[in-house]
Amino acid sequence: MTTHVQTSRVIETQERTVSVWQDRVRIRVLSKGRGPALVFFHGPWGLTWDPFLDELAQSFSVLAPAHPGTTPDAHDDVYHLDGLWDLVLCYDELLEALGIRDAAFVGHSFGGMVACELAAAYPDRARRLALIAPLGFWRDPDRIINWMLLEPGELRRQIFRDPECDAARRMFPRSEEQDSSATAARVRMVWAMGTTGKFIWPIPDKGLKKRIHRVKAPTLLVWGREDRLVPPVYADEFVGRLSDARVQTVADTGHAPHLEQPATVARAVREFLGQ
Amino acid sequence: MKISAFHLMPYRELPADFERRYESVWVTPPWWELADARRVGQYYNWTLDELLYAAKCGFDGVCTNEHHQNAYGFMPSPNLMGSVLARATNGTNVAIVQMGATLPTSNPPLRVAEEYAMLDCISGGRLVAGLPLGSPMDVNLCYGITPMEHRERYREAFALTLKAWQAREIFSWNGRYFQLATVNLWPRPIQEPHPPVWVPGSGSISTFDFAVEHDVCYCFLSYSGARSAKTMMDGYWRVVAEKGRDLNPYRAGFLQLVVVAESDARAEEKFARHVEYFYHKCLHVPGVWFSPPGNQDYRSLVATMANPVRRAENPKNLRYRDFVEKGYVIAGSPATVRDRLKEEVINGLHVGNLMVLLQIGSMPHELAMENIELFGREVLPGLRDFWDDGRWVNHWWPERLRQSAAPVAAGLAAGGA
Repeated sequence: MTTHVQTSRVIETQERTVSVWQDRVRIRVLSKGRGPALVFFHGPWGLTWDPFLDELAQSFSVLAPAHPGTTPDAHDDVYHLDGLWDLVLCYDELLEALGIRDAAFVGHSFGGMVACELAAAYPDRARRLALIAPLGFWRDPDRIINWMLLEPGELRRQIFRDPECDAARRMFPRSEEQDSSATAARVRMVWAMGTTGKFIWPIPDKGLKKRIHRVKAPTLLVWGREDRLVPPVYADEFVGRLSDARVQTVADTGHAPHLEQPATVARAVREFLGQ
Repeated sequence: MKISAFHLMPYRELPADFERRYESVWVTPPWWELADARRVGQYYNWTLDELLYAAKCGFDGVCTNEHHQNAYGFMPSPNLMGSVLARATNGTNVAIVQMGATLPTSNPPLRVAEEYAMLDCISGGRLVAGLPLGSPMDVNLCYGITPMEHRERYREAFALTLKAWQAREIFSWNGRYFQLATVNLWPRPIQEPHPPVWVPGSGSISTFDFAVEHDVCYCFLSYSGARSAKTMMDGYWRVVAEKGRDLNPYRAGFLQLVVVAESDARAEEKFARHVEYFYHKCLHVPGVWFSPPGNQDYRSLVATMANPVRRAENPKNLRYRDFVEKGYVIAGSPATVRDRLKEEVINGLHVGNLMVLLQIGSMPHELAMENIELFGREVLPGLRDFWDDGRWVNHWWPERLRQSAAPVAAGLAAGGA
């Protein structure tokens, strides 16, 4: 395992690339802040350092790895992983490489599922879990919309309660003619959906129900009240199976409450993790 | 020149407002609202009759293909159709061109190797083995294969199939996607070392490379005609040359929509609405479904996003005369059709294995039969000798059928047409 550190242009946010899986999978880790370790697992649309993470960094030493394949110039590394079991082992190796024995895990959507799987596989590694609209279950009457099959405009309307909010504008930069940055953003997003989709296609239930009982960490579930992709009713699946879990719904938000209302969600998460 | 009749088996009676009322012709069209099983039974039989009639009318081959959950073309099992065709054409020189069974969705893919071997045995060695990747709608959306694994699974299944046909010894296959401890195929195909392999594609560069590296026939299945295929096919021939292969026109197949009538004007009268039905309804699919995230590798994704220049025009904005003018459909009198096929497709794209789609969209059975008959009688004879100057051998055609100038159709089974 090798670690390569450099300071990014974003002030105070550190960036390093860690190699795991016999150096076949390179993972970029963004980090910032002081305090107890907190690992943030991002959702299906890629990792960007956002105001929510800034808020958390005030109380925690936040480490945010990019899911395999989404690290710049390491796009094909994801082909070295065959399934969820490989991914979970990869993250165990990453924590080892970062020198983290245990930490608070925070995850959004796909990342929430990864955090929960990791906590089930290695119950002593997760001190506390904060899962924001996590995947992992499937209910026939409440089918999760496959966002990978939506046109960009429709995707934007499905993720955000308010598709015109600042976070939505940042995630979907307006595409001008010959605008290479908008094209690059679209490429990043599509590839992030493809690489994370590798572990959940075609139904994001990969057996968490058989493993979740192993989780020991107290868990907070955060759900946007108007989540159109993964309806809030999915919180019941987690609460019913975890020994210590509670739900907090956030009004006026969709599937990315931490992006639509970063201060509110960060406060709830910080309070819970600080208990 | 080898000329085969291609068939999709579409639903021929979708409502006039289909494309406005429904999300897609593929994956989600509601069966109970739109279709009728007895009617569909009639379609399957018409489809078989139309292909057998083509065999009788002098075509060199008959083509079927696999698609799922759609009203565009629904032969979920092309080999069921192919087996009827193989039996009914025994005693003729017509090839059974399966375009074909989709490898990544057959588990284990050995099933395709077995069924193709069966077809080759039943037909007495007349099989052309199409080994398609399958469309993302079929493979990813309907059959649940992860987009990112689609091509990897295909490549592994392709290698397994070729080995299973040829291996002299029993072997084990310890693959990434398929594990089989004892592979010992029964039956094996008649053709040795194996039936000719065609790989259909829709213009993906990685499929060009794959086809040339494996020395198979690349078939461009396009609905936009030869003119818009020109850049694509030039690219293919460039890859062929770069990789040191000869420019044998039989390395390429091309699918062309064709309607023939007594005159150009008469063709419009007879076929215009069926052509429009095809382009407006049968191709009604949301754009992103053709390429779900992960289906293209990173390099191709970057290339596609950076060059939206070649984005195809929306066929819903075009009418019959546009389709004909642009060459999406080659239409008109036998002379018009023959000349355009020669100039634009056969010569223009350097194609030795031509496939023609003659039943299009809502075209009723009787009209399809007229189209097939007229093409066979008035167009086909004028094209057959193309490339027949002794320079090229069609290595991608069943060996015993290569020399036949005019297929012997007299032996067609009575139930055939």
